[in-house]
Amino acid sequence: MPDKIKFTIDGKECLAEPGQTIYEAARANGVYIPVLCHYEGLKPVGSCRICSVRVNGRWMASCTQPVTEGMVIENAVPEVEEFRKAIIEMLLVEGNHFCPTCEKSGNCELQALAYRYQIMVPQFPYLFPKREIEAFPGFLLEHNRCIQCQRCVRAIQTRDGQKIFTMKNRSKDVRVNVDRKLAAKMSEDQIQKAMDICPVGAILKKEVGFRLPIGKRKYDHRPIGSEIEEKK
Amino acid sequence: MDIIKRILQKYGKDRTRLIDILKEIQAGQGIISDKAIESIAKEFKISRAEVEGVISFYHFLSDKPLGKYVVYLNNSITSEMAGREKVARALEKEAGCAFGQTSPDGLITLFETSCIGMNDQEPAAIINGVVFTCLNEEKVKKIVAWMKEGKDVQEMVEEFGDGANQHELVKAMVKNNIRKPGPVLFGDYTVGSAITKALKMSPEAIIEEVKKANLLGRGGAGFPTGLKWEFCRKEKSPEHYVICNADEGEPGTFKDRVLLTERPEMVFEGMAIAGYAVGARLGILYLRHEYSYLRNYLQHILERMRQQGFLGKNIADKSFDFDIEIKSGAGAYVCGEESALIESAEGKRGEPRDRPPFPVQKGFLNQPTTVNNVETLATATQIIIHGAGWFRSMGTPVSAGTKLLSVSGDCERPGIYEVEFGLTIKELLEMVGAKDTLAVQVGGPSGQCISESGFGRKICYSDLATGGSIIIFNRSRDLFSIVRNFLDFFIEESCGWCVPCRAGNVLLKKKFEKIASGLGTRQDLAELEAWGKIIKSMSRCGLGQTSPNPILTTLTNFRELYESRINKEADFIPEFDLTRAVAEACVLTGREFQEETEHA
Amino acid sequence: MSKPVIATASLAGCFGCHMSFLDIDERILELVELVEFDKSPIDDLKKFTRPVDIGLIEGGCCNVENVEVLRYFRKNCRILVSVGECAVMGGLPAMRNTIPLKECLEEAYLNSLTVAPEDRLIPNDEELPLLLDRVYPCHEIVRIDYFLPGCPPSADLIWEALTALIQGRPMKLDYPLIKYD
Repeated sequence: MPDKIKFTIDGKECLAEPGQTIYEAARANGVYIPVLCHYEGLKPVGSCRICSVRVNGRWMASCTQPVTEGMVIENAVPEVEEFRKAIIEMLLVEGNHFCPTCEKSGNCELQALAYRYQIMVPQFPYLFPKREIEAFPGFLLEHNRCIQCQRCVRAIQTRDGQKIFTMKNRSKDVRVNVDRKLAAKMSEDQIQKAMDICPVGAILKKEVGFRLPIGKRKYDHRPIGSEIEEKK
Repeated sequence: MDIIKRILQKYGKDRTRLIDILKEIQAGQGIISDKAIESIAKEFKISRAEVEGVISFYHFLSDKPLGKYVVYLNNSITSEMAGREKVARALEKEAGCAFGQTSPDGLITLFETSCIGMNDQEPAAIINGVVFTCLNEEKVKKIVAWMKEGKDVQEMVEEFGDGANQHELVKAMVKNNIRKPGPVLFGDYTVGSAITKALKMSPEAIIEEVKKANLLGRGGAGFPTGLKWEFCRKEKSPEHYVICNADEGEPGTFKDRVLLTERPEMVFEGMAIAGYAVGARLGILYLRHEYSYLRNYLQHILERMRQQGFLGKNIADKSFDFDIEIKSGAGAYVCGEESALIESAEGKRGEPRDRPPFPVQKGFLNQPTTVNNVETLATATQIIIHGAGWFRSMGTPVSAGTKLLSVSGDCERPGIYEVEFGLTIKELLEMVGAKDTLAVQVGGPSGQCISESGFGRKICYSDLATGGSIIIFNRSRDLFSIVRNFLDFFIEESCGWCVPCRAGNVLLKKKFEKIASGLGTRQDLAELEAWGKIIKSMSRCGLGQTSPNPILTTLTNFRELYESRINKEADFIPEFDLTRAVAEACVLTGREFQEETEHA
Repeated sequence: MSKPVIATASLAGCFGCHMSFLDIDERILELVELVEFDKSPIDDLKKFTRPVDIGLIEGGCCNVENVEVLRYFRKNCRILVSVGECAVMGGLPAMRNTIPLKECLEEAYLNSLTVAPEDRLIPNDEELPLLLDRVYPCHEIVRIDYFLPGCPPSADLIWEALTALIQGRPMKLDYPLIKYD
C-alpha cells in the first residue's frame, strides 16, 4: 500500500489516497467543495470552475487537480467563496433561468448552489440571450437553461462509443449539439439518464413533468453539500 | 462525392488529419456539405454531431454555402489604425453585402477575422487563402471588379514582397520588413550543420547544452526549453513527438511568419535536434491557417532537406530517423495554447486540456510531446552550432540571447527587429522611430499596456516578457478604443469551455462600455477591476487568465483616464434610457413620447 | 417616536407577492402595531402623503407607467426593496425579452390561434402606457437597496426582511427562506 498523502484544508489536517483529486480527498474528509460540472463517475473537465481552491496563492480547479503531499488548501475562505459566488451569478445571467417555470426547480444544482450562497440578486446584469428550444423524439433540449457543463456529452454515448451529445460553436455561442439520428434511437432509460445527469433543466424527458411536489424536492429543505458535511 | 472519397482516401484512416480533410473539402467545394459530413462520420466511426462540433469551432471552416470569393478582413487594432473602417465599408459597397453575409449573386462573402500576422502592412485580408496587404478603397474597387470578372485570386497579386515571398511556391505580396537582423536568428548559418553536429553528441549532452544556454521559450511563457526536453525524454513511452507551434495568433505578432519565410531550415533543424534529444521520430509543424500560403513552399523545403539527408531515414548518415509533417490550423487563437494545439493536431476542437498531465507526459496521442515555438527551435539550432557560451554572451544573465520583436503601430519603421534582451522600451522606441508615444502594448492584448513612466523598463523575462508583439500608440489614439478592440478579440477567441472566460468577458466588456459611455460611478470602476480579477483567477487556461489584462494593465498605468470618465459624486447611474426603451413602441403605435421631467 | 412608514406597489407583476405578504396571517396584527402604511394597494392610497421609510416593489418594468411609478417610489422612500422574481430579474414577463416587441404583439393580438378573426387588432389606446422594448428588473432603472427573491417570496421571508429593516438589524436568512420559485 502506498503511503497516504497529508494535506490541509483551511487548517484542517487531512489524509488522501494517492491519485485522488482535491475534490475527492476533501469529500472523503467531510469537507464540501462545491461542484457543478463534475459528476461522480465521469471524467472531470473543469469547465464551471466553481470548485476552484487556492493552493499557495495559486488558483486551481479541485475536480481536476490531484492532491500532492503537503498541499495547503484554502477552501471556505472569504475570497474563494466570493469568487465562486461570482461564477454562479455569471451562469444565472448568461442564460435565461426562469425558475418559477422550470421543471427542475428544487432539484436544480445551479439553483441549489445559488441558495447555498444566498444569492438574492446577481451582481451582473441579466443578458437575456436569444436561445432555442430543440425537440427530439424522446426529449427536449432547452438551450435557455443549458450551462455547457458537458455532463451529457461525457455520459451519453452509443454502444459503439459514438457521441450523441457534443459541443458546437465556440466562445459565448458554444452550445450542446445533438446528433439527430442517434438521438432518435435513444432508449427510455438513456433519456432518463440524460435528464437526471443534467444539473439544470436543459434536458427534459417528454410526457412527464413536475413529478415531485414542492416540499419533497431535493433541495427544498437542506443545502446542497449537507450530506458531505454531515459525515464530518 | 467522388472528391470527398478521394480526399478521405488520401489521408487514410487517420483521424488526426480531420482538419486537413475538412479544409481540403471546403477548398474544393466551397462548403462542407451534409453529405461530406456524413461520409466523414462514417469513415471515422464518429457521430455527425462530433464532425459538426469540429467544423463549428474554427473560423475558416463552414457547413454553410459561401461565395466563390471569401474575404476575411483582419480586425486587429493595427488594422483599425491603418484605416480598416474605410476598407470595410468599401468592401461592403462594392460587394453589395454586409460583413457576415454573401452577396446576392453568391459571388462574394465577407467576414472579419482576428489578427492574421500582417500588422506591419495593414489593413490586410485573406481572400481564398491569398494574402492581400496595405489595402485601401481603390485596391478594394479593383479587387472586387476582378472578382466580378471571375479572375483567379492568385493572379490578383501584382507585386511580390521581398526574399522568399517571391519564391514560385509563395508568390505573396507579403513583405518581410526585417529592420534589424541580429546574430542568432539572422546570423551565419549553413543548413545541416546543426543536426550533423548534434548527432555526434548524446541526446543528454544536447539537453545539457540547451540548459546551459538558458534558452527560455520564445512564445512568451518562457519555460526553460532544455528542461522541457528533459521531462519529455524521461517519460517512458512507445512514441515521443515534437511539435513546432507555428500558430502565432497574439495580435501584433508576425515574427514566426518571417522566420518560416526566411529561415525555415533553421526551424526544421531545430525540430530534428529536439526530436533527437527527446527520442522522437516524428515532428509536426502546426501551421496556422493564416499562413497556409507558405505551406507548399515549406513542403518543398522539407523535401529538399530529405534529399540532402537532413531529414528522413539515417539523418547525416547516423542511425537517427526523423521526419516532419505539416498540419494546419483552421483559425482559432486558443490553439496557440499548447494543449489546445495538440487537440487540434489530433483533428478535434481546439479546446485546452486540464493539467496535469502535461504535454511532456501525455501530449499528442497521449504520448510525451514537446511543444516549442518556431523561434525557440530556430534558436536551439544556432545554440548547437555556436555553443551555449556564445549565446549567453548576449542578453542578460536571466534572459540570454536575442529576441525577435514584431513592431507595429505608430512608428516610422514597423517590422522585425532582432534585439538582445535587456533593451529598454525607450531604446526600442528610438530604434523604430516612434514619436509622441502614449502607450506601448508589450506582448499583445494578453500582455501589458505600458505608459511613459514605464518606458525605462526592459524587455526580458524578469521584467517585460513578450512573445514578440510590440504595438505602439501615439498621443492621437484613444486608449478606450484600443481596450475595446482587445476585449472583443478575447470574447471572440474564447473557446467557451469555462464559465469565467466565456461569460465573464462578455460581462466585463459591458461594464467597460458603461464606464466608457460616461455612465460609470466609483462603484462601477471598482466592479470593473474586481470582475477582471475574478476572470484572471478562475479561468482554466492562459487565454482566460490573461483576457482581462487590457483592462487591468490600463487601470494600473492609465488610471486617470478611467477616473476622468466616471461621475465621482453619483452613487448610482442607470444605463436605462426611457426614451430609447420606448422608441420601438412609438414606431409600432405611431405615438409620440415625451419624458416628464418632474413627477407630481 | 412615530412608527416607520411603509408603501407598496405592484408593477409588471401578478399581485402574487402582495398576496404572499398577506400570508403573514395573524402577524398582520403585530405589523399594524409596528408600522403605518402610506401609498399602497393595501390601504388604497394613490399618492404619497409623507416621506416613507420602506418601499416594497413587486414586479419589474414593462411599460412607461411602471418606470414612472418606480421612480416616484425611489424619490419618496428611504429604503427601496425589490420583492419577488419579477422585480428582481423581470420574472415571467421577461420571458418576452428574447423576442422583438413587434413579434410579441403580433403573436399575441394578430396571429395567435386563440384570437378571433374579428378581434385581430394590436391595442393602441392613448390610455395604455407605451411598452418598453423589454422588461427591466427594477435595479436597472433606480437604485434598489434590498432584494427578496421568490415567486412569490414566502411570507416568512417578507416578514423577516421587514422586521429586520424596521428594527435596523441584519436579516436572518435561514436556508428555507431563499427560494426562486
